[in-house]
Amino acid sequence: MGFPHKSHPRETPVLSTHFGDSEARSLSGWRARGGYRALEQALGMTPAEIVNVVKDSGLRGRGGAGFPTGLKWSFMKPGDGKPHYLCCNADESEPGTFKDREIMRWTPHALIEGCAIASHAIGAETCYIYIRGEFTEPLQTVGAALDEAYRDGILGKSAMGTGKRIDIYIHKGAGAYICGEETALMNSIEGRRGNPRIKPPFPAVAGLFGQPTTINNVETLAAVPPILTNGAEWYKAMSLSNPKSTGTKLFSVCGNIARPGNYEVTMGFPFREFLHDICGGARPGHTLKAVIPGGSSVPIQTMQEADATLMDYEGFVANGSMLGSGGVIVFDDSVCMVRMIGRLARFYAHESCAQCTQCREGTAWVTKILERMENGGGTTRDLDTLLELSENMTGKTICVLSDSCAAPVVSGIQKFRHEFEAHINGKRCPMRSAAAA
Amino acid sequence: MTPAEIGATHAPGHAPHGDRAHAHAEEYQPVFTGAARAELDALLTRYPTRMAALLPALWIVQRERGWVSEGAMTEVAHVLELTPAYVKGVVTFYTMYHQHPVGRYFVQVCTTSPCGACGAEDVVRAFLEHTGTRELGVTSPDGKFTVIEVECLGACGFATPVMVNDEFHESVTADRVQDILSKLE
Repeated sequence: MGFPHKSHPRETPVLSTHFGDSEARSLSGWRARGGYRALEQALGMTPAEIVNVVKDSGLRGRGGAGFPTGLKWSFMKPGDGKPHYLCCNADESEPGTFKDREIMRWTPHALIEGCAIASHAIGAETCYIYIRGEFTEPLQTVGAALDEAYRDGILGKSAMGTGKRIDIYIHKGAGAYICGEETALMNSIEGRRGNPRIKPPFPAVAGLFGQPTTINNVETLAAVPPILTNGAEWYKAMSLSNPKSTGTKLFSVCGNIARPGNYEVTMGFPFREFLHDICGGARPGHTLKAVIPGGSSVPIQTMQEADATLMDYEGFVANGSMLGSGGVIVFDDSVCMVRMIGRLARFYAHESCAQCTQCREGTAWVTKILERMENGGGTTRDLDTLLELSENMTGKTICVLSDSCAAPVVSGIQKFRHEFEAHINGKRCPMRSAAAA
Repeated sequence: MTPAEIGATHAPGHAPHGDRAHAHAEEYQPVFTGAARAELDALLTRYPTRMAALLPALWIVQRERGWVSEGAMTEVAHVLELTPAYVKGVVTFYTMYHQHPVGRYFVQVCTTSPCGACGAEDVVRAFLEHTGTRELGVTSPDGKFTVIEVECLGACGFATPVMVNDEFHESVTADRVQDILSKLE
């Protein structure tokens, strides 16, 4: 369902079936909706069998990178004598993205069930759900659901009476976008500053507390129980475009759009129809100008590019962007692109952990230049400087935060150069003067 | 910072143990006694290292005291067998730990681009005006309010999201601000 709106007939609700249904939050309500049958089934399977089902389903990471989930799990070797860990990344902080929040708010047991199945599949006895500190309601709902699951014997020393230990704990973040980066997230659980680590070693080799670790996004883990219940073929069949992108995806839609909210569609859904039919298109009296389709870290699309896109991992790449987290930010003719990109740059400058020079300096300088330009002090040389800075910020740092800052800057200058030039030539923001008039 | 807390910073190892005979109002009172200590001990069973309980321990401090003083950092360091400098390094990394006292109602307004495109700046202005704080990060003279801009609260479809302490308000517009504030004591 397109929470907070009623489900649109063209949606394919799998994860969002119970959004808005408060009875689904409780254990009894979740059980009445078929909950924990998948876990029961999983605990009767070997880890390798579960990994194979997930591999066959084609499920890919929903946090942004799109790495095949089953393959990631197969890097873990249950029975190697080491403690294994699962981390659930619920640090949802990518501007434009608010889908995991809805999963945790309405179907906390779906997440817990997914975590428990994944724990068994990778041989982990301990899972930490890393929830950002600002998510007070999800912290409460997931916490209450965990209490219920422990009381019922679903979790603990003998999960569902099988003798297998599965403990799931919440680790509350404390305000840091970068902790959504998987190695920073592990540092944060360990009680450190959230600085990303150099890879390799990869988490499956030496992750949390130096032990083999898998990190999965909330939406990825919540998709696992229905895959086990309905089978890999069922999931794989949900694809309108190509076999590399399967299943359904939650898209969070925000910004200048008639009906913002979360919408779940089958991979490969036409983006144009999604924006106009399901999300209601532009607000009355306005026209759409640009879309950032996968959270703020992906390149900006023109409407021409967006209109040609099929909504899957490959479809967004083929049209100048990426699927990312599925956080769709829409801008219409009422906003200034220089101001919006400058504000995004300020976000990255604020959130840089500052350990890499290119990121610490680059995000700050890009912000300063864009804000000066927005206030009428831009020069023609600034555009070259911005592109040069962005070049130095791409592919040169420990994590991709600085790349993420560069993406909207470079794509913004490429695709909306006329707006930058209007600021430079007119020595003021044309939109702002229009608003003031 | 109180004089006692400055002293505590310079005397790690001793700070957490207040001398009851000479106790006075400004002396640092430890957080981790009684129920809070039991809570921390229970948390420690969830992790293989003591250090991993650092973020949760700091959350307990902030819940109990409203902010994380240098004295509290020293106490946390002592309890978790870390150095005060290490703890301060972690506290200063994360934006949600207050390193100084804030108003009884701590108001965070998201102004990142998606909300910025939907009028978040007007919401900030309305909060600054109606709380009497006038400036971001400044506490109102009656100690009631502090208003800050915050980066993405992860509720972009409900622009503009605002947090008042732990309470999350969705779809806030400038004209709703007075109503939200009037419900606070």
